[in-house]
Amino acid sequence: MNAAKKSGRHFVDSLDLSPPEYRSLFNLANQIEENPSKHVSRCGGKLMATLFYEPSTRTRLSFEAAMMRLGGQVLSVSDVATSSVAKGESLADTIRTVGGYADLIVVRHPREGAARLAAMYSPVPLINGGDGAREHPSQTLTDLFTIRTFKGRLDDLTVAFCGDLRYGRTVHSLLRALARRSDIRFVLISPEELRLPNSIKDDVASSGSNAEIQESASMEDGLRQCDVLYMTRIQKERFFNEEDYIKLRDTYILTPEKMKQAKKDAIVMHPLPRVTEISQEVDTDERAIYFQQSRLGMLVRMALILHLLEET
Amino acid sequence: MLTVDPITKGIVLDHIRAGNGIKIFERLDLREVEYPVALVMNVPSNKMGRKDIIKISDTLALDLTLLGLLDPDITVSYIDGGNVTEKVKIGLPERVEDLIECKNPRCISSYERHGQSVFILVDKSRKEYQCFYCGERVRV
Repeated sequence: MNAAKKSGRHFVDSLDLSPPEYRSLFNLANQIEENPSKHVSRCGGKLMATLFYEPSTRTRLSFEAAMMRLGGQVLSVSDVATSSVAKGESLADTIRTVGGYADLIVVRHPREGAARLAAMYSPVPLINGGDGAREHPSQTLTDLFTIRTFKGRLDDLTVAFCGDLRYGRTVHSLLRALARRSDIRFVLISPEELRLPNSIKDDVASSGSNAEIQESASMEDGLRQCDVLYMTRIQKERFFNEEDYIKLRDTYILTPEKMKQAKKDAIVMHPLPRVTEISQEVDTDERAIYFQQSRLGMLVRMALILHLLEET
Repeated sequence: MLTVDPITKGIVLDHIRAGNGIKIFERLDLREVEYPVALVMNVPSNKMGRKDIIKISDTLALDLTLLGLLDPDITVSYIDGGNVTEKVKIGLPERVEDLIECKNPRCISSYERHGQSVFILVDKSRKEYQCFYCGERVRV
C-alpha cells in the first residue's frame, strides 16, 4: 500500500488531533489491551520506517513494538546522523526517499520544527518522535491516556510539571494539549534558568484556554495541591556547556519523604529515562506509575498507527 | 506647497508613515530604475499628520507581502489612463516566506537547505508572527 498518495495526515504537533480523536484513540487502545489477538494482523504487509537523528530507546522501541504487535514490519535506522547526513543529504531528501519505501515514518530530530518540515515532504503519514525542545506528541498521547486510565478524567485537574520546563518537549506538548480541557490548573516548578518558554505560555493564552498557570521554585508547593505530578529529567544534551548542566541537575529530587506531602490519590508520571530526579525508593509507592505509563504508551501508539494507516 | 505631476500609468503608494518612504524606496530598488519615480516626504495629511508618498511611472510587480511588513498602513493605487483602476489597503500579510529570519538557533529553518523561512501572523494588534516550524514568536 502507498498511503501517501491518498492522504497527507500526519501527527507532528499534539494539537493535530482533536479531543474527540484522542478519545477515539484511547478507546481503541483499551480494545487492543482487552483483546490483543484480534489486532495481531491489522498491519500485515505494512512497513514503518523509524528515522532517529537523536538517540532514543523508549520511543523507538515503543513504536517498533507497537507496529510488530499489529503484524507490520519495521525499517529502522538509528544512526541517520552518521549515515545520510554525513554524506550531506538534507532531511527533506531523506524523507522523500524513505517515503518511497515505507507506509509510515517516525522521525526524531534535534532541531525544532524538523518534523513539521519533514511532513511537508513526506509522501506517507509521518509521526513526530520528538523535535529538539519543541514537541513530542506521541508522548502526549501516552501521557493523556495514562492520566485518563488512572484518574478517570482529563478535566478538572491540577497538574504540576517539575524540572526542565524550558527544553522539556514532553512538557510543552502535554501542557498545550491539556490547556484545551476544562478546569485545568498548572503548577510549573523549575529553576529560574529552566522556566517554561514564553512562546508556550503565549500559545496557551492565544488559544482561548481558561487554564490557570502558577509558577513556583518550590517542589512542595506543587506536591501538596496536584492530582498529577509530571517529573522530568534535566537534559544534559540540551545544554551548550556542562557546567550549567551540573549546576542544575539535582535541583529537584523526589523522595519518599517528599511524597508524604502529596495527595493520597495523586499520580507521579515521568516520560523516562529517569536519572536522579526520582529516587528509586519512590518506585514502590503505588502512586508512582511511570513504568505503567511506558507500557500504556505502546498500546496507544498501536492505536495511533492504525488511525494513520487506516484513515489514508 | 511642493507639487508632483499626476501619473497616467503606474502605481502610487500612499499613506506611508512619515520617514518610512525612503526605506521602502530602497527596498524596492527604485534608485536603480530608468522610468520616472517620485518620493515625496512629509506631506501634510489630515489622518496621519504627515505622510510619505511614492509615485512610480511603471507597472512593476510589487511585493505586497514585503510592503505590508514594512508598513501595513500603505494604500496602493494602480493607475491607468490617468484613472485609479484598483486601490488596495495592504495590511499585515497573513503568511510571510523568506523575509523574516527565525532567531531561534535550534530551529530547523536555519539548518536545513530546504528550510525556507515561513512565518504566520498570530496577533495583528501586536504585529506578532510565529515561525511555522519551531513556534518562535517575533514582532515586526
